[in-house]
Amino acid sequence: MRSALSRAYRGVCWYLRELTGESAYDRYVTHVRRQHPDAEVPSRRDFERMRTERQEKDPRQGFRCC
Amino acid sequence: MRTAKPRTIALWTLVALVGAAGWTVLALSRDEEVSAAWMVAAALGSYAIAYRFYAKFIAYKVLKVDRTRATPAERLNNGIDFHPTDRRVLLGHHFAAIAGAGPLVGPVLAAQMGYLPGTIWIIAGVIFAGAVQDMVVLFFSTRRDGRSLGQMARDEIGPFGGAAALLAAFAIMIILLAVLALVIVNALAESPWGTFSIGMTIPIALLMGFYLRVLRPGRVVEVSLIGVALLLLALVAGRWVAESSWAGTFTLAPATLVVWLVAYGFIASILPVWMLLAPRDYLSTFMKIGTIVLLALGVVIALPTLKMDAVTDFASRGDGPVFAGSLFPFAFITIACGALSGFHALISSGTTPKMIQKETQVRMIGYGSMLMESSVAVMALIAASIIDPGLYFAMNAPAGVIGTTVENASQVVSGWGYQISPQDLAQAAKSVEEASLLSRTGGAPTLAVGVSEIFSRVTGGGLKAFWYHFAIMFEALFILTALDAGTRVGRFMLQDMLGNVYRPFRNVSWKPGLVLTSALVCGLWGYFLWVGVHEPLGGINQLFPIFGISNQLLAAVALAVCTTLLVKSGRLKWAWITGIPLAWDAAVTLTASWQKVFSSDPKVGFFEQRRVFQDAIDRGEVLPPAKSMDDMHTVVTNSTVDGVLSAVLALLVVVVIADAARVCVRHVRRPALSSLSEAPYVESGIVAPAGLFATKEEKEEARHAVGAEPRV
Repeated sequence: MRSALSRAYRGVCWYLRELTGESAYDRYVTHVRRQHPDAEVPSRRDFERMRTERQEKDPRQGFRCC
Repeated sequence: MRTAKPRTIALWTLVALVGAAGWTVLALSRDEEVSAAWMVAAALGSYAIAYRFYAKFIAYKVLKVDRTRATPAERLNNGIDFHPTDRRVLLGHHFAAIAGAGPLVGPVLAAQMGYLPGTIWIIAGVIFAGAVQDMVVLFFSTRRDGRSLGQMARDEIGPFGGAAALLAAFAIMIILLAVLALVIVNALAESPWGTFSIGMTIPIALLMGFYLRVLRPGRVVEVSLIGVALLLLALVAGRWVAESSWAGTFTLAPATLVVWLVAYGFIASILPVWMLLAPRDYLSTFMKIGTIVLLALGVVIALPTLKMDAVTDFASRGDGPVFAGSLFPFAFITIACGALSGFHALISSGTTPKMIQKETQVRMIGYGSMLMESSVAVMALIAASIIDPGLYFAMNAPAGVIGTTVENASQVVSGWGYQISPQDLAQAAKSVEEASLLSRTGGAPTLAVGVSEIFSRVTGGGLKAFWYHFAIMFEALFILTALDAGTRVGRFMLQDMLGNVYRPFRNVSWKPGLVLTSALVCGLWGYFLWVGVHEPLGGINQLFPIFGISNQLLAAVALAVCTTLLVKSGRLKWAWITGIPLAWDAAVTLTASWQKVFSSDPKVGFFEQRRVFQDAIDRGEVLPPAKSMDDMHTVVTNSTVDGVLSAVLALLVVVVIADAARVCVRHVRRPALSSLSEAPYVESGIVAPAGLFATKEEKEEARHAVGAEPRV
């Protein structure tokens, strides 16, 4: 019972982190480490800045519908 | 031949029976109150069958999705916008992107023709047109590295049709923004509670933005929870403000709200994304998904009865007060989102294809999300149909028709055959703590009354006013986000177009160009919003049909692109999959445009309306509902603009369809002449299930592969 509850809780947390993009940084770091081992990994602060700047350049990214 | 297990056959027979029972009760009940449960049964039964059989057939037999083919997310993975995303996460993403105010507003307005036409169109429309469009666009865009609809139109149809599609998309964006803003103005006017709590969302979003930028970058979940808590506080505080001496400050006339909204749209769209847009978007996504889940639970628990007629007399007479015109074509353009929405093509080509893990998942993401949106539309229709029909018409008829007093409104509405006493009208407003509910057109207030009815039945009667304002805030929140994001997208299109004339506009970061184009876009939708608010004939009554037409015309563009692609990719014999929805959609929208331009009924045809009012001006008369000569001139100007706009939109889409037809015919005659810009085949290294739940074979396959499926 307890383990099922804690699994459900972990599942919800995982889902929320993925859906909101909170896990984007971790994913990016994994990606850079794996694909470009020599490249420098940006800090979380810089990464989040880069992400919003990309959205600014092309507002169609993440556009919401009516 | 493959045989189905007896258990499977029994299960799907049961599902079919549930759906059929729902339809039977809805279709055969007359003059008696039907439980909303039957509508839910008809919808869910039909969705399940469509998803299991029709969508599967399209995915595997027509599109021939290939699970061994790598998607752009896998091939072009850059860890940011291109990355393979878990299908359940992407479903949430895609659904949050497509579902907005549209499926909540359209069905409410269409309820004036009764609940049955709306139900049939929402369910049949989504199964055969809307969800098919979303899935097919998603598939083709995935095969083209996530190209946008406009790019696909240019690549596959040609520069001429492509340019027409682009121009149509821009015009449609402007109308969309104006109508959404008009819905907000009608919901917030003279309502200090609503205005205060919506106003508070701006400082809350700024605070969240600051938190994410400076204090704890990227911690979206915690900041969203803080934001939602503050939002609920603002909602409760709205009541205190409305009862305090500050009430006057937040009681705004529609004209004042227009100025505020346009100013907001302009400033928000030139501020950096992190400051207002991004945090507001987190907030509205949380609220959206949360409220939709609550509403679904509320409908299932409360199971209210439908009080609206199945089919009202307005459906055949075409003289309804909410919008003019008869059932065909106007019910089919009033309900756009939820049945068939062209805007979804912009999401299905663009963001989602860059994140999809497997081609086989287009059914779940494209078709499945749209079915979910359709169920939101069904819930909105239920919410509008459970309130007293007399109240419904008093809330949705323009002031020019029912007057501004409860006595007058009661009299006019009773004349239509829906009895409601002045006391009941006053009581309805009082129970949600609003000064008046008369002529609160636009759908949002009606939906809020329905939602408060459902929720207060679950939570006990005392919270009606709270739930009413909760629902208003929920809609206003994501409409404001749409104003900001939509202005940016409109600006982006404009920068692109102007860039052809004057190069620096191409650089989207060029400040003078950015401010100028933002101001232009806000000015354009602001103009229509201003017109809508000052329209003596009722802004929603006049503008909503143009919005519906434009949304459906965009769907026609998307379906034309899909059909062309089916033909060009050697699927000619399946071209009817999108060809029939295209033919239906073109028939509906072009008939509607035709009537809006040429009808001799002044309630429907814009130019006839113009003529009637112009003649009266020449005779020196003032025709009701206009009250002065100024009103008369306003009507003449507005009908001219609206008429020209309807005609231009229809022409643009005829150009796109004709150009697409030309390409298809050329391909059938001389296939060698056409080129297909599909990304070449690359083998996929990812193993992932196609549907929500992994099948036994898929689990087996995943066990053999290494680390492909993210663990939960």
